[in-house]
Amino acid sequence: MTPNASFPPLAITALTAVSAMGQGLDATREALHRRRGGLAPAAAADDVPGAWTGRVQGIEAVAVPPDLAEFQCRNNALAELALASDGFAEGVAAAVRRHGAARIGVVLGTSTAGIAETEAAYRRRAPGEAALPADFRFATTHDLHALPRYVRRRLGLAGPALCVSTACTSGARTVLEAAALLRTGMCDAVVAGGVDTLCRMTLQGFASLSLLSQGPSRPCAADRDGISIGEAAAFLLLERDPAPGALAVLGAGASSDGHHMSSPHPDGLGAVLAMRAALGSAGLPPDAIDYVNLHGTGTRANDAMEDRAVAHLFGNAVPCSSTKGWTGHTLGASGALEAAIAAICVEDGLVPGCLGVDTVDPGFGSDVAVANRAGRIGRVLSNSFGFGGSNCALVIGRA
Amino acid sequence: MSGASCHIAGVGLLGPGLPGWAASVPVLRGDATWVAADPVLPPPALLAPTERRRTGAVARLALAAAQEAADGQEIAGLDTVFASSNGDGATVGAILDALTTEGGDVSPTQFHNSVHNAAAGYWGIGAHSTRPSVSLGGHDDTLPMGLLQAAAQCAAWNRPVLFCAYDAPLPPPLEACRVTRFPFAMALVLQPGSGGRAALRLWHQAEACAAASPRSGLRDALEDGNPAARALPLLEALAVPRPAGLCWNLLDGGTVRAELAPC
Repeated sequence: MTPNASFPPLAITALTAVSAMGQGLDATREALHRRRGGLAPAAAADDVPGAWTGRVQGIEAVAVPPDLAEFQCRNNALAELALASDGFAEGVAAAVRRHGAARIGVVLGTSTAGIAETEAAYRRRAPGEAALPADFRFATTHDLHALPRYVRRRLGLAGPALCVSTACTSGARTVLEAAALLRTGMCDAVVAGGVDTLCRMTLQGFASLSLLSQGPSRPCAADRDGISIGEAAAFLLLERDPAPGALAVLGAGASSDGHHMSSPHPDGLGAVLAMRAALGSAGLPPDAIDYVNLHGTGTRANDAMEDRAVAHLFGNAVPCSSTKGWTGHTLGASGALEAAIAAICVEDGLVPGCLGVDTVDPGFGSDVAVANRAGRIGRVLSNSFGFGGSNCALVIGRA
Repeated sequence: MSGASCHIAGVGLLGPGLPGWAASVPVLRGDATWVAADPVLPPPALLAPTERRRTGAVARLALAAAQEAADGQEIAGLDTVFASSNGDGATVGAILDALTTEGGDVSPTQFHNSVHNAAAGYWGIGAHSTRPSVSLGGHDDTLPMGLLQAAAQCAAWNRPVLFCAYDAPLPPPLEACRVTRFPFAMALVLQPGSGGRAALRLWHQAEACAAASPRSGLRDALEDGNPAARALPLLEALAVPRPAGLCWNLLDGGTVRAELAPC
C-alpha cells in the first residue's frame, strides 16, 4: 500500500486549532495538560436529550469582514476565529511574501459546510411556504466550496482552492491532497485543514443511528456508549523541505474499506492499510511511533475495530488514546484538529490519556492510556476513519 | 515543466442524449446530431443486489460513468477521485425536510447516504477496492479543480487514478437556489507513464482565459446546465481525437488550463 513514490516531508510553518477545548494552541495545550474537557450537555434546541456536545464558545459573535459578508455562517465564522488565532493569518501573509499569492493553495475539508444556515432557512419559511427565503445564500454558505473560497479570499490568496469531503477523514485527507499539489510543483505552500460546525443534520443523523453517547463520550471505556458531536477548525500551513528539527508531516496514507457504507470492516482491514501506508510513506517501522492518536469516536464498533487494527501493527508497545473525550467528534475537522494535537504532543512530550475512562475495555489489546503520561514523543500517528469506508492516517513529528 | 502530466486510458460518459462514451462519439465529433433524451441510470452492475437497492439515482449516475471508463482496467487497483458540486442532493434535501417537519425523523440509511463520499464508497464496495479515494466539492469549479487534482495525484504518486465528475438536479426548494438542469456524469482513467488515448497536462494559473472560442451546438445545449458538463470541450477533442488547449475560468479568479495531445 506504500505509494511507489515516498512522501516528501512537509514543513508545518503555521498551525492553529479552535475547538471546545478553547481558542488557539495555548488554550488547547492547557486543556490537555490539565485534563479539562470541553464537552457539555447539548442545548435544548439541539433536541438530542441526554447527549453532550463540544460547542465552541463565541462563534455567534464572530462577523466575517464586510467585503465577504455573503459568506457569513457558523462554519465560516469558526474558520475566521481560527484564522485569527495563533498568528495563522500572519503566517500565511509571510508565506505570500516568500512565494507570491498565486503559489499558495487552499485545500480544506468539511462534511456539512454551512448547512446550519440552510436548516435555518427552511425553518424561517412561513407556514405553507415552500420556497426558501430570498436572502438565503446557497453558494457561499451551504455549498461545500464555501469554506475554501472564504479562506482563500480572506487570506488574499490566488492559488487553487479545493474542497475535500470524505466524511470524518476530510480534515486529515487534505494533507495528502496538499502534498500532491506541493510535489507536482503546482503550489509552494498550501493551507490545509478542516472546519465543521454543529448542525441538526449531524446531531439527528447520528441520533438516528443510535450512536450518540448519553453524557460525555468515553472512547475506549468498557462502558462507552457512543459519540459526542463537537465542532472545530484547524489549519496547517504546509510547505516543502522542512528544516531539520522543524515540526513536519512525515507521512500520510489512505485506504478504503470497500466493505460497507457506515460500518467499519470488523477486523479493521482498511485501518491497518491506512496506517501501514502512512508508515511506509514516511519510511518508518511501527516502533518509530511513540504515540497513536486514535480516531476513537467512542462507539462500540469503531473503538473495537481500531483497537484490533492498532494491536495488529503495534501490539501493546505504543501508548494510544483518543482526545475526543475533550472535544467530541468534530467530524470533517477532526483529522486536522488531531494533527494539531499531535504537534502539541510532540512539542510537549505528552500522551494525553483518554478522558473520563475508569476502565478500559478489557477486550482491548493495545496500550490505551487513561491518564496523561510524560516522555519523549518523537512521532505521532494520527488516525481518521469515516462513513463510506474512508480511512486516513498521518505521521506528525520533527523533520 | 510545471503542472501535472498523465495519460487518459479510459473514458466514461452519461448525460442527456449521451448514453455512454462509445455511443456518444459521433455526436461529440459533430458527425451526428445531438437529440435531447433523459439519461437512463442503470442499477450498478458492480454491486451485489442488497447494496444495489440502497443506491440512489446520484450514485447510479456516478457509477455508470466510472464503470465505463474503467472497463478493461484492473479496477481494484485504481485510486479514485470523485467530484461533485451537489453530491446526493435528493438525500440531503430529504433530510432537511425531515429536520424541519414536525415529527419528521431522519432515516439512518438516508444519513449515511448523505455523505459526499457515498458514491465513492459504493464504488469501493463494488470494485472490492481498498485503494485510497477522495471526494471533492467545488460548486462551478468542480470539474476543472477535480480534474486538476486527479492529475496531480496521478503524477505525484505515480499511480493510476479513476476520476469521476457527476451532478444531478437538486430537489425543491433547494433547486431554485442552485439550478442544475439535468444529470450528467463523466469519468476518466488517468495513468502515469505513457500510452492510452491521449496525453493530458493540467495546471492552475492566476490569469483569466483568453476570449472563448465559439461553442458547438452540443456545448450550447448542455455546458451551462450542469457543473460536470464543463468537461464537454475536453470530451469533444478526445472524441475526434485532436490536440486541444483548454481553459476553464474559476469562480473567484484564476483558471485551470489543459493541453490534450492524442497518442
